[in-house]
Amino acid sequence: MSEKVLMKGNEAIAEAAIMAGCRHYFGYPITPQTEIAAYMSKRMPQIDGVFLQAESEIAAINMVIGVSSTGKHVMTSSSSPGISLKSEGLSYLAGCDLPAFVVNVQRGGPGLGGIQPSQSDYWQATRASGHGDFRRIVLAPDSVQEMVSLTFKGFDLADKYRMTTLLLADGTIGQMMEPVSLDMGEVTKYEKPWAVTGTKGIRKPNIVNSLFLQPEVLEKYNIERYERYKTVEENEVMYEEYMMDDAEFCIVAFGIAARVAKNAIKQAREKGIKAGMIRPITLWPFPKAALAKAAEKVRAFISVELSMGQMIDDVELSIRCKKPVILCSRVGGMIPTPENVLAALDEAGKIGG
Amino acid sequence: MIYKRVTLFAGHYGSGKTNIAVNYALMLKKREDDVAIADLDIVNPYFRTKDSMDVIEKAGIRLISSDYAGSNVDIPALPSEAYSLVQNKRLHAVIDVGGDDRGATALGRYVPYLLDENNYEMLFVINRFRPLTADAESTVRIMKEIESACKMRFTSLVHNSNLGAETTAEDIFSSVSYAENVSRLSGLPVKMTAAREDIAGELTGRIENIFPIRLHIYGFMN
Repeated sequence: MSEKVLMKGNEAIAEAAIMAGCRHYFGYPITPQTEIAAYMSKRMPQIDGVFLQAESEIAAINMVIGVSSTGKHVMTSSSSPGISLKSEGLSYLAGCDLPAFVVNVQRGGPGLGGIQPSQSDYWQATRASGHGDFRRIVLAPDSVQEMVSLTFKGFDLADKYRMTTLLLADGTIGQMMEPVSLDMGEVTKYEKPWAVTGTKGIRKPNIVNSLFLQPEVLEKYNIERYERYKTVEENEVMYEEYMMDDAEFCIVAFGIAARVAKNAIKQAREKGIKAGMIRPITLWPFPKAALAKAAEKVRAFISVELSMGQMIDDVELSIRCKKPVILCSRVGGMIPTPENVLAALDEAGKIGG
Repeated sequence: MIYKRVTLFAGHYGSGKTNIAVNYALMLKKREDDVAIADLDIVNPYFRTKDSMDVIEKAGIRLISSDYAGSNVDIPALPSEAYSLVQNKRLHAVIDVGGDDRGATALGRYVPYLLDENNYEMLFVINRFRPLTADAESTVRIMKEIESACKMRFTSLVHNSNLGAETTAEDIFSSVSYAENVSRLSGLPVKMTAAREDIAGELTGRIENIFPIRLHIYGFMN
């Protein structure tokens, strides 16, 4: 399909997942991502797929574990409070080394919070959903087109590294409509000798398991897993640099915040302020090297977020606190304005001399 | 343009109902004193008629809308004043019905009044660039789902094939045959073809009944 179509961010995720070969969707409705489930409920029956509204988010993530064990592409989606419920299952997916694709279209928190956009699940996404030592790949789209391309890529990365890929979007990108191309190319097929597909009497049974009572064995699996994570960090970092060539101030922003920051940078440049941006597309692995390199030449960093300041930790870690880092943020469903970012640039100009 | 006392806009979500409804209400206000627009969209709490409140209020049009997205309730509800739409016969009303069959369910309670008065038009807004209504068959399928959810029949079509701000005159022109197919399959006439006002001129003479619209509901900035 080369012609563009007009899609909502949430629908774009659903259609791209289908194109990536996903025929199993399990979920439970929650604003602002319900269109994913609504779209799947219409499309899956047309293509012989499974759409199932589970009795809860916990049930849905456990259904994901089941289907993934058989080697098939599978996904679930939710918004912030629902992802908290899925945390246990996310840890089990990691402990079993199962590929899965999970979407969080973030809304304001904590608790039930609100239904307007937020990025306050950054820590949850990159560090803290689920117990134990594990990582997941976290992708952050900033347009409906990237909802398509990163969903497609997310399934591939999950299979390639036997990991969960989390697509971390927000309510705005989930709800907004933009023209998109659905031309994604071929799906790469990976061998899955570990999958539970029936022995047919010719091989030993495969067992998908995360329980290892012998500490030596559990340690070995953890270390092996982290070696795999290291190859992800070496090979899969994605980011966009915007007007960084001569930048004196480096804005770091992802998702909808990056769209706002781009507008602010254009306005700042008109006023003669040399601002640029590094937009992380993978939040894990975080583009540490790109930021460290920028730290050698810029005067200060500005972390633009829809949270009280979460990604700012990774910015400071990446640059080893070599330069000042200013937080520019709105929370609770509010979105920073270009004016907020320009004010932060003014502040940076005063302290970053 | 011929119009009735009540005009309802429904369609697949994302078909552009809300923009059309707002523009239609502005057009009506030039001809009628008392015009109201009602946002019955309880499905999508993000981009709704309410977002164009300024334009609507400046024009002196009454807005009837649920407070769902802006309030602390997690359950959408329609305000009681929505009944004035069907009960106040001096009022010209535009009703923006929620997307798909789920959105149209909310209309049900007003249907007996509308049918009884029989002074309404119910318009089905169609957009070929939406993947689930990319051909006439799937479009008519969604039309029937909406009709059975709200227990009302559409009276005509609004052709609104568009790619948002990127739409060209050619995009609309190349969709005319799609609209004709939907018309044939549904038995409904095409009342008008909407086009952003800056490209509407290019289509005049090539397509009948062009309805120029200004986009009041956008996606997000750039």
